[in-house]
Amino acid sequence: MLDLSKYQSIGGALKDAVEVFANETCLIEADRERENLRLTYREFRDRTMPVARALQDARFAAGDRAAIIMSNQSKWLIAANAIFYSGGVLVPLDYKLTAEEQWQLLKHSSARVLITEYPIWRQLSVATGRATATELQMVIVTEAPIDTDLLGGVRWEIPSIQTGEPEFRSRTRSDTATIVYSSGTGGRPKGCVMTHENYLEQCVALTALYSFAPGMRYLSILPTNHAIDFMVGFFGPFICGAAVVHLRTLRPEYVREAFVKYKITYVSLVPLVLKNLQKGLQARFDALAPDKRKVFNALVAVNKALTKLRPLLGLSRLLLRQVHEAFGGELRAIIVGGAFTEPETLQFFYNLGIPVANGYGLTEAGTAITVNDLKPFRADTVGKPLPGMEVRVVHPDANGIGEVTVRSKTVMSGYLNEPELTAETIVDGWLMTGDLGCFDLSGHLQLFGRKKNMIVTEEGKNIYPEDVESVFESLPVKEFCVFAANYIWPQRSMVGEQLILAIHLEPGQSLTAALRQEITARNNRLLNYKRVHGIVLVKEDFPRTASMKIKRNVLVERLAKLDRSSAVLEL
Amino acid sequence: MRTVEQTTQEVLDLAAKHFKVAQGSLAPDDDFFKKLGINSLQTLELLSRLENHFGIELPDYEVQGVSDFRTLASRIQSRL
Repeated sequence: MLDLSKYQSIGGALKDAVEVFANETCLIEADRERENLRLTYREFRDRTMPVARALQDARFAAGDRAAIIMSNQSKWLIAANAIFYSGGVLVPLDYKLTAEEQWQLLKHSSARVLITEYPIWRQLSVATGRATATELQMVIVTEAPIDTDLLGGVRWEIPSIQTGEPEFRSRTRSDTATIVYSSGTGGRPKGCVMTHENYLEQCVALTALYSFAPGMRYLSILPTNHAIDFMVGFFGPFICGAAVVHLRTLRPEYVREAFVKYKITYVSLVPLVLKNLQKGLQARFDALAPDKRKVFNALVAVNKALTKLRPLLGLSRLLLRQVHEAFGGELRAIIVGGAFTEPETLQFFYNLGIPVANGYGLTEAGTAITVNDLKPFRADTVGKPLPGMEVRVVHPDANGIGEVTVRSKTVMSGYLNEPELTAETIVDGWLMTGDLGCFDLSGHLQLFGRKKNMIVTEEGKNIYPEDVESVFESLPVKEFCVFAANYIWPQRSMVGEQLILAIHLEPGQSLTAALRQEITARNNRLLNYKRVHGIVLVKEDFPRTASMKIKRNVLVERLAKLDRSSAVLEL
Repeated sequence: MRTVEQTTQEVLDLAAKHFKVAQGSLAPDDDFFKKLGINSLQTLELLSRLENHFGIELPDYEVQGVSDFRTLASRIQSRL
């Protein structure tokens, strides 16, 4: 592993990594049964240079912003390396957003360059939002069919205008490295401005617990724009000389095959996928003949007893050989993140000798704040603070539960173009997470819901009520507002969160079948995970400020007096 | 060659079979996430089954953002 204390920037560290690990395998890309590509670090470097050259030919300057909208693939990382090499600021955007949402974020981030895939560009190029992103000057399109009009885009295989190597542009630790959108495709996009130092420090802390080395292979499934995959599926393995495996499909059957075919060392998953894996395995165990099942259960019990204090991978692989072979036989840990994972799922895998590295993090705090250090494994907590993280619980109630706050070199410098929001979120150097928790006697953090008005789905999506409200605009009612149900009626739970539409009808108006239908139709325009779950009817005018903005906190206090089960009319 | 109506009907029948709901209970404009209470992962499983049935390959990106049977069927139809 490179000594990151010597580096000023992500680009600087990556530049050395490709030299130090020149002959090691760097990237493997597969599409279903076929392997498309296998690159060494030297070849990765060689593929980066023409892209960096093209950027610099287009007068992309140090500090300029370039967005990537791509599914997980080798060109994502090549493009990112070219941006960092050229001193640029990377804006990684979610390829699963709608075209209009993507344009909104491209505009908000003031990106000068966009690097994207042809199927995505096909949608983006004809979307109306295109006209608004006036600062975008260049769109590089990968996988474009020959002889296709790219509607203003240029091909990834663009020939260089100038000859010779592009110049490496150094940056300092305090310079902006990325702008990462933690949420906010509605009225108020939240772009976290992350510095090079944020990443360098986070990488040191994480690799101390979960190390990479040449020969190890990380399976990249979580979108690379997500903070976790960016760190453990790109920067972390690269500065250690490990390989990253990309699959061009996420069909479960091919993902399962990839574990075995590529002898995967680490993978990151969202809780939903982990739970699905659990279900699949459990069904296979249940189908065992009674005598085999008895033996299997006994082996699991032995493994559980022997690994009580710490994981013993070699022993677990021996005891439960078939289970481990189904995962390729070299899996060290499954990293789970993006949302809260239920303890029984974590325990299920640990009992099989497969540690699940669960933790707790926010984009705003770097990748992770706490991580389970497995000494010993605890399914009921989100682990201990990573080295370098100061974590405090403030304003605790009688049970010691209060808001989790964090101070660390990994905390973002602020939200892009949002000084007020930044000042509310980072107070005297402490990041106010909006999550509720407390520490137990052994220093493990336990979480108990949120005090902020948002939900996180099992797929790791952060949904802010303000972001879904636009779909209900001009709904024929007097006024409306969307809330996270747990924000109104705290549940002390991090799972099963829902959004609620609060409606105040016009005088004499009633909730007719037609109105319900209208609400449902609008709701269905939202992506499935963003939809509101039910309606609450409010009988009085919404409290508003002098500028007529809804006082959400006052309205919430009123709604909280209602009984949730009878007040919420399910959609 | 199937008509788009035939393709749509076959998609509905297969989805009903896959998720064990009554044949005829699904309609072309139903939102499958909502109607079947499934998540994106379960949708991918259905896609594999549809691919086998129609003998086509449907890349993940082709079905990105699709949530109703009619649109899904039209994406399949264009590859038949």
